[in-house]
Amino acid sequence: MTAATSTAHSIVEASPRSKALAGALVILYAVITILPLLWIVATAFKSQSDAIAYPPKVIFEPTLEGYVNLFTVRTRQTPDFIAKLPPPETWYDKLVRQRDMVIAGPSKVVPRFVNSLIIGFGSTFLAVFLGTLAAYAFSRFRIPLADDLLFFILSTRMMPPVAVAIPIYLMYRQLNLTDTRLGMILLYTAVNVSLAVWLLKGFIDEIPREYEEAALVDGYTRLQALRKVVLPQAVTGIAATAIFCLIFSWNEYAFAVLLTSGEAQTMPPFIPFIIGEGGQDWPAVAAATTLFVVPIVLFTVLLRKHLLRGITFGAVRK
Amino acid sequence: MAQIRVENLRKSFDQFTAVHGSNFTIDDGAFFAMLGPSGCGKTTTLRMIAGLELPTEGKILLDGEDVTFERASARDIAFVFQLFALYPHMNVAENIAFPLKCQGMAKREISQRVQETARLLRIEHLLSSKTSKLSGGDRQRVALGRAMVRRPKAFLMDEPLGALDAEFRHLMCSELRDLHDRIGATTVYVTHDQLEAMSMADQIAVMNKGRVEQIGSPQEIYDRPATMFVADFIGSPSMNFLRFEGGLKSGDRAIAFHDARVAVPEIRQDRAPAPLALGVRPEHIRFSDAAAVRGEVFGAEYLGTTQIVTVDTAHGRVAARLPSSAAVRIGETVGLEFSSERLVLFDVGSGLAIRTANDGSAHHG
Repeated sequence: MTAATSTAHSIVEASPRSKALAGALVILYAVITILPLLWIVATAFKSQSDAIAYPPKVIFEPTLEGYVNLFTVRTRQTPDFIAKLPPPETWYDKLVRQRDMVIAGPSKVVPRFVNSLIIGFGSTFLAVFLGTLAAYAFSRFRIPLADDLLFFILSTRMMPPVAVAIPIYLMYRQLNLTDTRLGMILLYTAVNVSLAVWLLKGFIDEIPREYEEAALVDGYTRLQALRKVVLPQAVTGIAATAIFCLIFSWNEYAFAVLLTSGEAQTMPPFIPFIIGEGGQDWPAVAAATTLFVVPIVLFTVLLRKHLLRGITFGAVRK
Repeated sequence: MAQIRVENLRKSFDQFTAVHGSNFTIDDGAFFAMLGPSGCGKTTTLRMIAGLELPTEGKILLDGEDVTFERASARDIAFVFQLFALYPHMNVAENIAFPLKCQGMAKREISQRVQETARLLRIEHLLSSKTSKLSGGDRQRVALGRAMVRRPKAFLMDEPLGALDAEFRHLMCSELRDLHDRIGATTVYVTHDQLEAMSMADQIAVMNKGRVEQIGSPQEIYDRPATMFVADFIGSPSMNFLRFEGGLKSGDRAIAFHDARVAVPEIRQDRAPAPLALGVRPEHIRFSDAAAVRGEVFGAEYLGTTQIVTVDTAHGRVAARLPSSAAVRIGETVGLEFSSERLVLFDVGSGLAIRTANDGSAHHG
């Protein structure tokens, strides 16, 4: 009788069919994204021959050889020599001897991984720390030429970093910063800090300045107000920024190849050069890649509560 | 509690001057409202008193002590913001306790003071609530609590009721005034809402374009506006201005308004002929067939007890407040009679009111 009864669908609520379709698309996308990762995780448990078998093997007998090879340096010996050795002390000794080899010592993967952790988290911390201070200043104070400065900061991201690779290499050689952790931390901080300033400025702009002003009137200094009032509210933005910065410095390859070779080498240049007997040791490479992904996954999972809100922050007015 | 003195206070932002040399004194324990349209400099003035903004020139004295360039935290004043500015990561009790914590007060004393303040504001049952769960009025009470708990020298409030809905604003108005009467702290209250200012304040400073136009009690400001801006800004509908040209002599009790003579309060000032305006409040107009100023009824707005009737005259449109029982026909020609003792004359050039016997009595009363 009334017009209302004839309108069956709502314009705000999605229909079951479009919900199902959207769900299917999301699942499809998730599968496509996660398949390569699963393949790598699986490859790490394959034997050398299974890893390069054609057609690729989906069902295989799992082995820890890839991980053992990743963490050790081995030498080939004659069966006679191995037979004369005392019985193997550990399961990995045994595994290696089955291949007519003995473990000569640990590989470089652990120090490289530690380098990645120190350089990645160190530069992330510095970039976020400096970025927060700069963003707060840009957001709250009347700074002469603020717009120009902000554009200048942004402009550092407008060229591909590799374009300045050679000048930076020369500069680092002069300063004795090549192949040092400090050098890599400084470099990644410099690249990330522009991103951090811009992202964080957006977040801090959204925090009403009345909060700090209330704290200033109530007896805090500017710095105390920043620490006790602004930062707790900017936590989502800081988390999101930290993840972006960490992902960049963790994955960075070009500068790492160019500027590190030994002492300060990170995982990205290390992984491709894991060589086994007669070529690339794919299971070991896959094992290294799997381990390399873990910290980022952990960091993101730990901060995911903040991240989701952080990425969509400001999109909807509360 | 303290007296606040502002001397030649000026504030410029780059090219723009927000406040032009203000001078006023707020008495100890007074409820002082700064009223004006947005952008008139009232909030800037308040923020300078608070120490959140530094003046370009001038002085601010708290109880005679020069605090012009003192840090906000050193002034011992409390600020209530329009958006309440409750810290979202703290609950109600923590919010109220915050200023005391900043001062490093002992925990036991803090909780005692928080309880006391909560009792005064009747929000004891909310102390452990999250601030995001509170209604607008309760948030305002918590913000007030955070201001009161420190027992500051003065309260500065920047449109504290602006974020509340109309019905609640009215309730909070009387609550605020009641609170002020109980604790008696000097309060500076910034608002653009004349009703809030009129109903709460002891003294009102009406500001416009960075200048204080008039300071006085609500009644003085309403009855004897010092400038055409004040006359226009205060009152709803605002004062009617009937323009005419003429000279004035001290002692005159009537003026030549176009072809008619209109009785006015005794003039206390000589003026050479110049463009003038006769200011009439809508409620001081009656319809009278005998009146010399005539016009045609244009429309009527029914407001319950009264109605606002607009009349087109040769000197502009005039609004009159009549009892709603009065029968008014649109298009009818009526005569307008003014309550002569309530009229105000203005010099159109300067916008200033011309002195009359009404002002004389003000100095004695």
